[in-house]
Amino acid sequence: MKPQQLLTGDLHLWEIFLVSRLPRLLAILCTGVGMSVAGLIMQQLCSNKFVSPTTGATISSAQFGILLALLFMPASTLWSRAIFAFITAILGTWIFVWFIQRIQFKDMVMVPLVGIMFGNVIGGVTNYLAYKYEMTQALSSWLVGHFSLVLKGRYEIVWLTIPLVILAFVFANHFNIVGLGKDFSKNLGVPYNLVLFAGLTIAAMITASVVVVVGSISYIGLIVPNVVAMYKGDKIKGTLVDTALFGAIFVLICDMIGRIVILPYELPIELIVGILGSLIFIALLFYRLKYGRKSIRLGSTGTNSCATMPNLKGGEQI
Amino acid sequence: MMKIQELTKQYDGKTVVDGVTFTIPKGKVISLIGPNGAGKSTVMGMISRLIAHDSGLVHFEGKDIGKWKSKELSKRLAILTQSNNIQMKLTVRELVTFGRFPYSGNRITSEDESIINQAIAYMELEEFQDRFIDELSGGQRQRALIAMVIAQDTEYVLLDEPTNNLDIYHATNMMKTVRRLCDELGKTVILVLHEINYAAFYSDYICAFKDGKIAKFGTVEEVITKENLSEIYQVDFEILTIAGKPLSIYY
Ligand SMILES: Nc1ncnc2c1ncn2[C@@H]1O[C@H](COP(=O)(O)OP(=O)(O)OP(=O)(O)O)[C@@H](O)[C@H]1O
Ligand SMILES: [Mg+2]
Repeated sequence: MKPQQLLTGDLHLWEIFLVSRLPRLLAILCTGVGMSVAGLIMQQLCSNKFVSPTTGATISSAQFGILLALLFMPASTLWSRAIFAFITAILGTWIFVWFIQRIQFKDMVMVPLVGIMFGNVIGGVTNYLAYKYEMTQALSSWLVGHFSLVLKGRYEIVWLTIPLVILAFVFANHFNIVGLGKDFSKNLGVPYNLVLFAGLTIAAMITASVVVVVGSISYIGLIVPNVVAMYKGDKIKGTLVDTALFGAIFVLICDMIGRIVILPYELPIELIVGILGSLIFIALLFYRLKYGRKSIRLGSTGTNSCATMPNLKGGEQI
Repeated sequence: MMKIQELTKQYDGKTVVDGVTFTIPKGKVISLIGPNGAGKSTVMGMISRLIAHDSGLVHFEGKDIGKWKSKELSKRLAILTQSNNIQMKLTVRELVTFGRFPYSGNRITSEDESIINQAIAYMELEEFQDRFIDELSGGQRQRALIAMVIAQDTEYVLLDEPTNNLDIYHATNMMKTVRRLCDELGKTVILVLHEINYAAFYSDYICAFKDGKIAKFGTVEEVITKENLSEIYQVDFEILTIAGKPLSIYY
């Protein structure tokens, strides 16, 4: 389908466009924006660069919620599944953060490791229940994220990410201050626990609304905020728009790759994001180990693609 | 005015602050001195609502400190704690700007801007203002944090070991700034200091702590004597009078 064909006024083409193509594009953009902003919020609030919806058990909790909805309400609508996913995602994230605040890990790499383990435990329970009640088939669509089932009428929940991202923008300075620590927040009159858990709630709701529509998409929330922070710093007001845009472009590119590689079939987005994301993630880890928190200094106007280049190169060396 | 009565704090059954009673006079510089673990930071924490006290009273400007609305209090009293481990890539200016948060929230006015500029100038941070704080030296970062507290522009300023990490030039400059905050802007400044001579030279009152109790509280001349200091620190002291101030030599 080409854009000029639409202009000829072919109603059938218009229908395809409105029912499938446009929703898919919107879902991709909302996913990219939502997941990267959710990651940004979580990293700031926990002041740990390796926390994200994937490494903070948010995604697996949301999947657990979807399974519960499928189990208890076999005839559940998208909305009721979403509500289950919201509740479990929020609770899972809260428990994780409460736990890491309690333990106070010395090593910042421990935090995501604990998160991944916690996520795997929840994922294990989800899988166990799915096997036991023969739900694996039904659940698989939410385990591996893909856009091929995004159609008009069954993806609109993902739009929720937009008001939530705007809300995050309004409270950006609060999140920054909370990220600076408890004493720091108290001194500036910011209620630490309230902002912490409200922020986590926003991040969890964004994640859940993506997961119910497209399924699990890992790594975006981890790498996009990290890459943007390298050249823009950690002031959320200044990085949120960049993070959102970069996230959207990243998912869009991954989607295109996924559709080209084995034409005419398509690979699920989770696969592409997973491969690219884990490579960039490893590169980031090595970069951090080698240079600490030193920023990348680009010329006055660094573009997104430039910023990722040093990481990709680093990844190849390994 | 700040009235502190019978303030007590226990950690794991051990009393670390024990019946501390004193009144902080308004518009003066007060230094808390004493050995490590004497309870100075804990007292600072309790009088600034960062740490909950077990018993006693902290009466701040007509109300119990716990009765103040957090936001209102952050416009009247600012505190810099002893250790600040900031793992965030913020520029010096962005950090100092947070000092205006209690007043302006997300909307920084031109008045805020001029207060921020002044705070940066006080701490001589102009050339660093666009650098990331995690790429500064320890002393430069300490100065950035002090600048933020100054930008908060509160009547009461509490600084726990502000001269930590600072070289002699910047430590002296910092103490002069404290004097200016008090003399020119009428603020009450409460400091924790280990350099007794800075405390003697730049403060109006000194409160000496030992083992969670106040060992001596009074004007500089009253507290800085050979006998008092030898007793508090268990070290031999000599006192010289220079520029009308009792400065000490210890060995
Ligand atoms: N969070 C805590 N848990 C347990 N004990 C604590 C805690 N904070 C302080 N203490 C204890 O309380 C006592 C007083 O500590 P505080 O930090 O007030 O001392 P300080 O006078 O500020 O010492 P320094 O000059 O070393 O800063 C110490 O014995 C310390 O071990
Ligand atoms: Mg102390």
